Amino acid sequence: MKVKYFAWVRERVGKAEETIEPPATVRTVEELIAWLSGQSEAYAYAFEKPKVIRTAIDHAHVKSDAAIAGAREIAFFPPMTGG
Amino acid sequence: MPVTTCPVTIRIQQDDFDIAREIAVLTGNRTDIGAVVSFSGICRGDEDSAKIAALSLEHYPGMAEEEIRRHADEATSRWPLNGVTVIHRVGRFMPGQNIVLVLTASQHRQAAFQAAEFLMDYLKTNAPFWKKEESASGTGWVEAQARDDEAAARWTRS
Repeated sequence: MKVKYFAWVRERVGKAEETIEPPATVRTVEELIAWLSGQSEAYAYAFEKPKVIRTAIDHAHVKSDAAIAGAREIAFFPPMTGG
Repeated sequence: MPVTTCPVTIRIQQDDFDIAREIAVLTGNRTDIGAVVSFSGICRGDEDSAKIAALSLEHYPGMAEEEIRRHADEATSRWPLNGVTVIHRVGRFMPGQNIVLVLTASQHRQAAFQAAEFLMDYLKTNAPFWKKEESASGTGWVEAQARDDEAAARWTRS
């Protein structure tokens, strides 16, 4: 699946997007964040406060217990500050 | 009942917008519109007494348009609107420059006022845009404000 990062999450991870293949045991957004955090220092830093991170699956906001099965694109970003 | 149409225009762009022109496009030759509310968000020159040199706006292409569209659709279902225009700029802005425009048109002012406020409150908390501030002390991402969440929460229907 494709993963995108925005604002300071992007800066901390060090890339805007990538394709990942998490193991089948990673089923929810929360589990994906935990799995990514274990991949490197950069991810651990980006996701150090997982409750702050907002997530969208296929362009729609989701909660941390949302299932990631079938997702084409998952995005992680800080609370929004537009307008 | 006369047939009313409610065109919805959503644009994300780097270029500035012309409020008068956008209102003229929205109202066109129609005579069923009795009220147009216009909100423009402008880059401030200071935040909590600290001078701001510039503001950069980043967005999530695709989702930003879709999210605004969802809110515009909700607004048209909640209020009798005759037109909605939302333009959000992205890029780097200096104090005094336009950032966002919301226009709502209706037969009467109440619906137009309320829908414009609703759209702005949701835009600030749910549309994927992020601001980065440049000031004398450096650059930093703007933090989301609890008061913006509270403003959006008052529109939630149980």
